[in-house]
Amino acid sequence: MPEATTSLLRWIPLLPFLGTAACIFAAATGKKALARATGPGVILLAFAVALVSVGRFWSLPAGGSLVDHVYTWIRVPPLDVAMTFRLDALTAVMVLVVTGVGFLIHLYSLGYMHDDPDVARYFAYLNLFTGSMLVLVLADALPVLFIGWEGVGLCSYLLIGFWYAELPNAIAGRKAFVANRVGDAAFLIGMFLLFWSLGSVGTPSLSFPDINRLAPALAEHSPAIVTAVCLLLLVGATGKSAQIPLYVWLPDAMAGPTPVSALIHAATMVTAGVYMIARLSHLYVLSPVALEVVATIGALTALFAATIAVVQTDLKKILAYSTISQIGYMILGVGVGAFSAGVFHLMTHAFFKALLFLGAGSVMHALHGELNVFKMGGLRKHLPITSKTFLIATLAIAGVPPLAAFFSKDMVLEAAFAGGYRVQWFLGLVAAGITAFYMFRAYFLAFEGESRMDPEKEAHVHESPATMTIPLLVLAVLSIVGGWVGLPHGFLWGDRFGDFLQPVFATPAAAHASAHAAESAAHAGGHAELATGTLLFLMLLTTGVALAGIFAAWRLYGRPSEQPSRLQERFRPAYEMLANKYWVDELYDLVFIRPYVATSRFFWKVVDATVIDGVVNGVGRVFDGSALLWRRVQSGNVQHYALAMVLGAVVTAGYYYWVAR
Amino acid sequence: MAVPVQHYLVLSAILFAIGAVGVLVRRNVIVVFMAIELMLNAVNLAFVALARQRASMDGQVIVFFVMTVAAAEAAVGLAIILANFAQRRTLHADEISTLRG
Repeated sequence: MPEATTSLLRWIPLLPFLGTAACIFAAATGKKALARATGPGVILLAFAVALVSVGRFWSLPAGGSLVDHVYTWIRVPPLDVAMTFRLDALTAVMVLVVTGVGFLIHLYSLGYMHDDPDVARYFAYLNLFTGSMLVLVLADALPVLFIGWEGVGLCSYLLIGFWYAELPNAIAGRKAFVANRVGDAAFLIGMFLLFWSLGSVGTPSLSFPDINRLAPALAEHSPAIVTAVCLLLLVGATGKSAQIPLYVWLPDAMAGPTPVSALIHAATMVTAGVYMIARLSHLYVLSPVALEVVATIGALTALFAATIAVVQTDLKKILAYSTISQIGYMILGVGVGAFSAGVFHLMTHAFFKALLFLGAGSVMHALHGELNVFKMGGLRKHLPITSKTFLIATLAIAGVPPLAAFFSKDMVLEAAFAGGYRVQWFLGLVAAGITAFYMFRAYFLAFEGESRMDPEKEAHVHESPATMTIPLLVLAVLSIVGGWVGLPHGFLWGDRFGDFLQPVFATPAAAHASAHAAESAAHAGGHAELATGTLLFLMLLTTGVALAGIFAAWRLYGRPSEQPSRLQERFRPAYEMLANKYWVDELYDLVFIRPYVATSRFFWKVVDATVIDGVVNGVGRVFDGSALLWRRVQSGNVQHYALAMVLGAVVTAGYYYWVAR
Repeated sequence: MAVPVQHYLVLSAILFAIGAVGVLVRRNVIVVFMAIELMLNAVNLAFVALARQRASMDGQVIVFFVMTVAAAEAAVGLAIILANFAQRRTLHADEISTLRG
């Protein structure tokens, strides 16, 4: 595999970290202008360095990568982990998305957070997050990836609870961190298991090239371990990427500033799980069981979250459940072995979901924090740029061709169908229709129709400043053209995106070839070829489903109608179940949280306070008591002392005279 | 017929015991001092008796030392008692116990 060494890559994460330091200094000294300049500034620089690096990568032969070995981090034989950054095709995509979309969001934040007194701390955290995410995607070894993994989790906590003076925000931050932690525990166990088991087929190592090289041997030796590792890492991914069962933190995370929701909980951090599975494609293809589980979780989550989004009234919550659902598609993509399709949807989703969140932020800015869609309406007149870009993003997410998500979502579903995952394909299809429905419900309720706004808020409604609308426009353009790099086979230039990423990933067919050395590795893209007719039919099906969803939303919400309330009444039990999010939070509270808190309380009150403190204090009291007795020897009476001396002398003399002869 | 040395030693022991008991039991500090002097002199007697028996001068020289020290010690001790009396106006040993723990 051709490699070119460079010392450029380390600057991509390093610049944001320097930005963090500058912003911390700014926060401590009250120089807000410094933070406002360096915060977005370093990200722009990092984007430039990323572009240069990708340019350099482009000139390498296929399958090559740029490598930047910074230093040796851990060397405790047999463990040898180096702090090395590697830029291959997958990392190139991720780096550009993170720095590019990241910069747009930093720019937007200048406007959105302009009047916030803690703006320096905000940019410090945001830069720290970006740096960590870049470490995550540039890492050449699993422990280094984990550094970034933990870093983004930390920053997520810090930013969700940014306005920690309000207790619910702090609680939401804590919930995110704890849910992530559960996933991280599984991730660590998986990583340790992988390292330990690789030792039986070669020199154990946790760098990705070594893992990819040794994976087939490991699968021959103990396939169960490979499956176990994949499943454990998957649990970690469900925590970070908000899938079933660890998604519960994401809706609550909307308590943070809206640009944070756009960056962390739409475009980047939540995609880390997808990235990790894609990065370890060589391992996952060796465990069909694990892949099946991945695909099923993805499909189920996509549908599950979409149904909850249908009845939400808070605009950001709708987008949050939408994110959970869309990541389900990405997970489904990598689960059926179509790794480039999953990453493709990751990229397009970054564009339109960031746009949707920033648009919501723009609405909040105009309406002084109003988020209830039933208190909006007719915003199109007042917020022309926001509403038009929001509409573009909504069309994109609904999967209307020729906008971005149509191609990426379609590629995922097509891969599922072709790979024989009919059930998951069907779930994804239904979810697509529901997605179109709830997104347009949100659009119609917020931007169209008659105003239901609070009169006070309506008086001050205004479009956002340029620093906020420019990112909206840029993202809108990307949402339109972003999908054109991945056209279906045979159409125009085909799937350039997939071709670009192809050298990075293993394919299920190719894995079989290397393991059994009998098949020809002719299948590119990891899935069987579909006849053009079937392809066309599937595309029409997904488009039709999307249009049906939009139509239904228009019927119910596009114009004044009693239908929604009537439907709500007729299907009351179903509505209650959706409105209460299937009572999952309550279930977790009952099954996990209450027993845990009770156990903690027991350990606190009984074990610690009573037993341990009792023993320790008891020992003290024993000495205290005996000292009280012994003190009486010091009577101050000289004759008592003299008596003691005489007795001592008698005892000593007697001992020597009678005993020790 | 010379007095056997054991008689002297027994006398010395008895005097020492009386002195010791006096130190431990009597409450008037002057009497305690007298008892201390008694102990010292008992020891002197033992030294002299044994020196005579061994026909050596060493014992008798030691007695000189002991007497000197006893005199000095008596002087110092009585000075302490006087100073104490000036403060406390008591010679009762049990009442001099401000150094109690």
